[in-house]
Parts: sequence; C-alpha cells; structure tokens
Amino acid sequence: MTGTERTATWTAWIIATMAVIFLMTPLVVTVAVSFGSSSVFTLPPPEWSTRWYARLPRTSGLLPSVMTSLQIAALSTLIALVLGALCAIALVRGRFPGREAIATFLVSPLMLPGLVIGIAMLQAFRELGLRDAWVSLLIAHVVIAMPYVVRTVLGALSLFDFSLIDAARTLGCSYPQALRKVMVPALAPAFLTSGMFAFLASMDNYPISIFFTDAWTKTLPIQMLQYVEESPDPTIAAISAGLILLAVVALVIGDRLVGLKRLADF
Amino acid sequence: MTATPASIDRHAPFDRVVLLAVPAVAYLVLIYALPVVWLLARSVLGPKGFTFAPLADFFADPFNWRVIGNTLKIASLVTLVCLVIGYPTAFALAWSRGWAQIVLLAAIILPLSVGVVVKAFAWQIVLRRDGILASGLMQLGLTSEPLRLLFTESGLVLGAANVFLPFMILPIYSVVKLLDTRLNDAGATLGAGPFYRFRRITLPLTLPGVVTGIAFVFSLSVSMFVIPSLLIGDRYQTLATLIGRSFLMMRNEQLGSTTATVLLVLAVSVVVSAAWIARRVGRSA
Repeated sequence: MTGTERTATWTAWIIATMAVIFLMTPLVVTVAVSFGSSSVFTLPPPEWSTRWYARLPRTSGLLPSVMTSLQIAALSTLIALVLGALCAIALVRGRFPGREAIATFLVSPLMLPGLVIGIAMLQAFRELGLRDAWVSLLIAHVVIAMPYVVRTVLGALSLFDFSLIDAARTLGCSYPQALRKVMVPALAPAFLTSGMFAFLASMDNYPISIFFTDAWTKTLPIQMLQYVEESPDPTIAAISAGLILLAVVALVIGDRLVGLKRLADF
Repeated sequence: MTATPASIDRHAPFDRVVLLAVPAVAYLVLIYALPVVWLLARSVLGPKGFTFAPLADFFADPFNWRVIGNTLKIASLVTLVCLVIGYPTAFALAWSRGWAQIVLLAAIILPLSVGVVVKAFAWQIVLRRDGILASGLMQLGLTSEPLRLLFTESGLVLGAANVFLPFMILPIYSVVKLLDTRLNDAGATLGAGPFYRFRRITLPLTLPGVVTGIAFVFSLSVSMFVIPSLLIGDRYQTLATLIGRSFLMMRNEQLGSTTATVLLVLAVSVVVSAAWIARRVGRSA
C-alpha cells in the first residue's frame, strides 16, 4: 500500500465514523430529551426523569391515533403480503412477457412523490364517492406496503429451489403438504421481514395519510406533527422514543431472521 | 433452461401462473396508476378539452419559478452532501468485518425504519440556537456567537441529508462489495499510480451505484414535505410544500394539481434518466 492509498483508506474510515455519529444523532437526541426533566429540550438534560412518559396516557388524541395507525398498518400489511406474495410467485415461476416491467411497476410507489400519489388517490376516491377516512386510509396504505413486500419476497423466491417441492412429492408428500413443509419454512424469514418493514412504512407514512384524515380518524404521524406545530414539548420525544424502540426490535428480529447484511441489500 | 415435455404441457396454451399476478397488478392499476394518470390528464384537460392554460399560468408566475429554483437548489445540495459522505462510507462498509460491520450496518438500517416526523422533530431540537450543534460549534471556537441554523437553508440541507444518507450509501455499497480487488493490484503491477487507478478502475466500476444513489436522494429531496415544514417553515416554499399548502390550507386545488404535475414530471424524469445513464455507464465499464 502506498502512502496515498493509506491516506485514502484512513479518510474513508474517518468519514464513515462521522457518518455513524451523524446518522445516530436524531435517535440519540430524541431518547435523551425524552428522559430529561427539562421542558425546553436542554441537552444534556439537567436531570433524568420519566415525567414525559407519565404524561402519555393523558395526552389528548394520542391513544386513538396509535390505535388507528396500528389497525391500518396491520391490515394493509396483511393484504399487501397476500397480494404481493401471489404476484411474486407468478413473476418468478411464470413465463410471460413484461415480468420485469410488472416488478418495476409494483415497486414504483416508493419512487414517486408521496404527496402526488396522495392527491391523485384523494381525487379518485372523491369521484367514486368514498368518504370514509378509515377505509380510504386502509386502501391507500396497501399501496404503501406493497413495494416492501414485493421487493423482499421476489428476492427470496428467486433464490428458492423449486425442485425441492418435486423432491418432497417424490418422497410421498401431497402438493399442499410439500408447500407447507418445504416452501413455507424456506420463505418465512423473508415474509416476516418484509411484513415488518411494510408495517413500519405504513406506521410512519405522512404524505399520503394527510389527505385521508378527518377530525376523528388520524394516524400517529399526523397527530404527532400536529403536536409539534401546536405545543412542542418532550412528550413528543417520548412517543418518538417508543417508535425508535419499535424500529430497534424490528432490526433485531430482522437480523435473526435473514441477517443484517441481507437487510442492506438494495 | 431446457424444457421437458411435462413443462411444455403445463405452460400450454398459456401460462396459468400469470393469474396469480392479476390481483396485485389490478389493485395497483385501479388504486394508484389510473388516479395518477388522471391527475396528469386533468392538468392538460380543461372543461372545453385539451388546454395548456393551467400549466401556462403556472409558468407565467415568477413566484413559481422561485419555488422551482428553491426545490432544485435544496435537492442538489442535499444530494451533494450525501454523495460526499456516502461514497467513502460505502467503501468502509464493504471493507469492514466483525463489530465495525455490525455498527455500520445498524447505523444505516435503523434510521431507515424510524419515521421522518421523528427525525425532523429531532433535528428541530439539534438545530435550535441553544441546541447542541450551535453551542458545540461555539465551544470549538468556530463561531463567536450561537449560529442560527433552524429555519435556514443550511439547516434544511443538513436535516434532509441526514434522513436520505442511507439511500446514497446502500446502492454504492451494493456495487463496491462486488469490486474485484485484483483489478486494482493488476493496475499497480502494471505501474499505474493510485490516482490513475481510481480514475480508470474504481470510479467507472462504482459509477452505476453512484448514479442510482444520486437518483434516489435527488428524487426524495425534490419530493420531501415534512422535513421542510419543520426545518424551514412557510416562508420558504418548495414544490412539495406548495402542493401541501394549496391543498390543505389555501384550498386551491387547481394550483395544487398543476404543481403536483410539475413535481411528478420532475421526479419521474430524474428516475428514468438515471436508470438510462446507469445502464449506459454499466455497459461501457
């Protein structure tokens, strides 16, 4: 290694270290503020306290929005998993033209501006006479969850050796049995991981949800932004810390199921 | 793949597996593609048929040009910051083993699963005049008085770069980890200096990842709404915040739809041209 290369390597490592600190800053700051006693976000906090967590149950509108978000995220993920997995099987097993294009189409909602998708859906739903906020949210969130499911399940399916199913049938399994005993265990990790990230994406969505909320039906991010704009205090940090905990749990489960390196596949 | 008689039989006269794709595709076409196409159509279809009037009105207003300028300026700066930090970080991630790798991967993937409202709120706290960044810079002696960062372009760029950095690192990482280090060694054996080898070997081979990363970050920054709402406020408009405002506050749906069309065309052309460039540089490398 020449001196220049050594300098370049060191520079890359120093920048990477700074990048780690940079990326973790918002998460660390949020958790630190949520456990501080100060109401004006003093860092480091003068004293540690859990008073903002104690206030959570009394925060108006919080519990209903959490419930709405959980219901919408769970149901839309479930629907996206069923539709997305069936479609992924067709794309991997089928021989018909345009499979690549279909895969790109199903992932494309990730790449378009969320606000634009939201407005387009709002106008379409209104034209169809759909006014119920909860139902609109559910229908819209399936579109948010779908790309995550299709991307991950497609990747896992294309690695799956379908001759294993034939092997199981040769060894005496019926077709459904073969699917259950061979295919389901092999694909379960990808399924759970993609479901988890689809769930988080739905829980976090703001730009599409904003068009489908009314005074009674709000998702958590909408409610949170409203708190931030009306009365910013560390209660929001306490809610955020809960969401960060959820992401940490998802990361640990994802690591156990498919490994961190596969999660980083793009 | 060789087709056995059985598989020919199974796939004739037409592949029934295709039916499994129908529900998902039909759902997305009805709920997402048609509405988006309709939105586009409405911006050029008036009550009396085909018209460019709304778009012409939009582009005749100098205010809207400033909004487009703001949007492109912020998106370019965010992309630049992400590229400068992300390119070396992707290499470090590819070289890393053991604990260093776990830390790097976790620091990149974890923020991806945390919502943008949470992160934008955290940056509001960091960027405050009495926040850790301003007081940290003062303690280091870099500034003599607390820097104003919140509600400035610099603050917005910093916060947005933070949120979108993983989308730059991961595509670059996916090509860097496939790099054949022997090419570099071969270049060195043949007497090429480090700069020449970087320019002729490493850079061309990693360019497809760079192009993908730039496309991701640029299109995300052009479309961001929550981050500018919290970090720069109403006085500084971008295309996305203008859409949000015209729909949610001004109740001016015509302006909102037209602006949405402009933003959509901008974002799609970035993604499509990046895919085209990536294919071309991928082929020539």
